[in-house]
Amino acid sequence: MNKMEKALAELGTMDELSARKSSIHSLHAGAKLLVTVAYIVIVMSFHKYDLSGLIPMLLWPVLLFQISGIPVRTCFYKLRIVLPLVMAVGLFNPFFDREIILRVGSLSVSGGVISMLTLMLKGVLCLMASFLLVATTPFDRICAALRAVHFPKTLVTLLLLTYRYVGVLTRELAVMTEAYHLRAPGQKGIHISAWGSFLGQLLLRSMDRAQEIYAAMLLRGYDREFRYAAERRFAMKDVAYTLIGVSLFLLLRFVNVSGLLGSLFVR
Amino acid sequence: MIEFKKVSFAYETGKEVIRDLSFTIRGGEAVGLIGANGAGKSTVMKLLLGLLFGEGEIISAGLRLDKANLPLIRRKTGFILQDSDDQMFMPTVYDDMMFAPLNYGMTKEEAERRVDEVLERLELQALKHSYNHKLSGGEKKMAAIATILAMEPETILMDEPTAALDPYNRRLIIRRINGLSQTKLIASHDLDMILDTCERVILLSEGRIAADGKAEEVLRDKALLEANHLELPLSLSRR
Repeated sequence: MNKMEKALAELGTMDELSARKSSIHSLHAGAKLLVTVAYIVIVMSFHKYDLSGLIPMLLWPVLLFQISGIPVRTCFYKLRIVLPLVMAVGLFNPFFDREIILRVGSLSVSGGVISMLTLMLKGVLCLMASFLLVATTPFDRICAALRAVHFPKTLVTLLLLTYRYVGVLTRELAVMTEAYHLRAPGQKGIHISAWGSFLGQLLLRSMDRAQEIYAAMLLRGYDREFRYAAERRFAMKDVAYTLIGVSLFLLLRFVNVSGLLGSLFVR
Repeated sequence: MIEFKKVSFAYETGKEVIRDLSFTIRGGEAVGLIGANGAGKSTVMKLLLGLLFGEGEIISAGLRLDKANLPLIRRKTGFILQDSDDQMFMPTVYDDMMFAPLNYGMTKEEAERRVDEVLERLELQALKHSYNHKLSGGEKKMAAIATILAMEPETILMDEPTAALDPYNRRLIIRRINGLSQTKLIASHDLDMILDTCERVILLSEGRIAADGKAEEVLRDKALLEANHLELPLSLSRR
């Protein structure tokens, strides 16, 4: 399997995950979207030194992984490219912020180290929450939910069409790459002199396809507004999920759960 | 009903691809549009749908083709594209089939009833919630036909409906096409399929009609076909 085929297979895995059946999968996409956004906002609102306050926020993704049956391993495998970037965000903090703010026995920990760990954890938590949303919700439903909260329609349409056509484009790229290698045996990668025409060809093909797709849309009554069919109305369970989720996040944000638990053991 | 009255069309390059073209297709008729590459088959289809505008008069679905009538003409005319990936732009078959009915003001319940009815008629219920990018070529073509039937069009235009299909799926598509009662205009190089699905054939050559008549008669004319870069259909050459 070459790289392109692997990429296509990975795309398929996400569809398979989102098509599974669980109580999380069956929730309204709007509810999941709202809770995910609330989670991300609350996670990001933690102070840079509040690492202990942030740790209990792990509870939510752990719960979702358990209930939805989505393997944690799959999450980290899918996020393997983005995770290092997220981790790198706070990498220089220990050099700039050297004030000691914590002592664990004889070990002194600077503010920079704490803020670096906090930033890393925030990134990981936000990525996990986003992954869980996509892995438990078909993409068209996410788009429908985004439109329902008045997310700009052009952006949502772009997202939807990108999702639909990323596979087609990847397949075209795979065919072009294969055709190139068949006529350039033994060559590793694509020679720099061919990059221009290679990308140009891909662009021209994409433009042709875009015109055809637009025509197909117009011929079926498209008037610059996608009307999504997939979603049902909000049910009690969706309201309950949203309320429980947001209340839990607020509780974890404003009540020092780690401190409370710690004090139980210290006494 | 479809009518072309002295229609001409040239692309920006100035080359005239349709020249003084006139023909009439009666309601319920199945007509094959054949010709060599560049003969103007796809352009005829695009002119009929108002994707291109030329000179002359076009009557489509009983209406004069102009900007005012365009939405209604498009509503009554289904177009099955050669590449189903271009046609099926929504993530799932269900979303794609719901697209046109919802755009044309149907309620979700009505649209869903229609989708289920079409899927049942085409025996495609199993594909209802399938992802378009995971369908095989044959399934994609069948689903593309289903999305068009969900519009309940009066006229169906097809551009190479059997292109890139294996023999089994080709036969299946032919069976389905024969089961459609709408007016049909089918552009293709697959002359055996045209013979199996159309009672009449229009042969285009450099934007003009080179022949217009009963399918068996036109497709049996070896000299005419060869002069237009075509060959006798396999089923006729064996007889």
